[in-house]
Amino acid sequence: MKIERTDEQQKHQEIFKAFIDKEIFPYADAFDKNESIPTETIQKIAAQGWFGATIPKTSGGLEMDTISWGLLCKEIGRASASLLSLVTVHYMVCQAIYKWGTDAQKQLWLPKLAKGEKIGAFALTEPEIGSDAKNVGTSAGYTDGAFELNGSKKWISCGQIADVFLIIAQSDGKPTAFIVEKNTPGFEILPINDMLGFRAAMLAEIHMKGCIVSEHNLIGKIGFGFSHVAGAALDSGRYTIAWGCIGLGQACKEASINYATQRKQFGTYLKDHQLIQQMIADMITNLEAAKLLCYKAGYLKSIRDPQMIMATSMAKYFAAKMAAKASSDAVQIHGANGCSSNYPVQRYMRDAKIMEIIEGSNQMQQSLIAKYGFMGI
Amino acid sequence: MVKKMEGDFILMESSEIKQKIKEFLEKYIKNVDLSEDQDIFQSRLVNSLFAMQLVLFIEKEFKIKVENADLDLTNFNTIIAITAFIERKQNNEN
Repeated sequence: MKIERTDEQQKHQEIFKAFIDKEIFPYADAFDKNESIPTETIQKIAAQGWFGATIPKTSGGLEMDTISWGLLCKEIGRASASLLSLVTVHYMVCQAIYKWGTDAQKQLWLPKLAKGEKIGAFALTEPEIGSDAKNVGTSAGYTDGAFELNGSKKWISCGQIADVFLIIAQSDGKPTAFIVEKNTPGFEILPINDMLGFRAAMLAEIHMKGCIVSEHNLIGKIGFGFSHVAGAALDSGRYTIAWGCIGLGQACKEASINYATQRKQFGTYLKDHQLIQQMIADMITNLEAAKLLCYKAGYLKSIRDPQMIMATSMAKYFAAKMAAKASSDAVQIHGANGCSSNYPVQRYMRDAKIMEIIEGSNQMQQSLIAKYGFMGI
Repeated sequence: MVKKMEGDFILMESSEIKQKIKEFLEKYIKNVDLSEDQDIFQSRLVNSLFAMQLVLFIEKEFKIKVENADLDLTNFNTIIAITAFIERKQNNEN
């Protein structure tokens, strides 16, 4: 495993950074305040081809390597965790269809998703079911070549603007995945506002009442909706969130260094106070450590090694914790200024808390990692 | 070990495939003497992440692609079933 970027990855990184610095970074506070990401911004991302970053070229995507994709998520995460959330759930749907869709489903959906003509969202969580995900209550009864979906989903990222949803339900008591278009009769979307973090992620609650979908919308097979379809999606989501946390940690580091270099107290710059240096040093070191875990997960993904699943879980767990600590320290270094809307570090802290909860909470990752340890692998 | 040659591919004998699968499964399933016909899913020996790890192992180790049409528990639930599945896929893909 090499931990230096290839020339191509380096070139990608420069392109990503230039775009994000110009089009996203200056507006991320406004996204947060307005609780939405403008359509024009989403269209600009689509024009870059990034909604199809990992989709094969034959299906209209860019077929980007796993590290370049991670670097893109890092750059997006550095600017806006809410935008990262949009990109994440779309990618999760793409990966689930790419891995487990039929040829016909791939031909139908992947080119539209790759171009961003259709935005995907992942709908697993329910009002009463979070981490215990394989026991979702949404039902999918089968009759005459179609399924009838009944139930509710909650906290669905980008649910307000998504065109297609990957819904995990129970068919005859077996977890099963479906692709459902937003205009399907009986499919109702209600916005959720005023969240702590990811405020521009346009969350929604979904209610399905007698929502009929064709058997052609079944992704994978009955009984494989959680273990395989959601499994592929969640692993993909953990990877993008881990890299996004690297971006968020980097933003905390840059903001803190910048502030500590300019702000004077007791006649000296903050950067010369040792307790400030301690926070900056930990920020830098933990950020580098998290980055290495992400590179390892990316490498294992590139060779499709079975260990990629656990490596991704560890990267996500460590990176989310790193971002939470870095953002809390960034606010501390900024003092009262950091608590105000004049500086972005308060947003970083609010978003970092969400990072510790989504795509498997810290505690779920810890439980998995510990079990893995007890296996002696 | 005698191997069947088909074109440029060297196909493993069933016993060799079974051994590799057993070695992989034994990493995840401890303190159980795993028999070839034991249902690894029904006996709740594995966690939710294992299903994807098994798919990745089969794809990487035996150079085949597990796809939508292959999603049938009877392809994955025992060492005998996984071996038969791999042999079928290798014969179709080669």
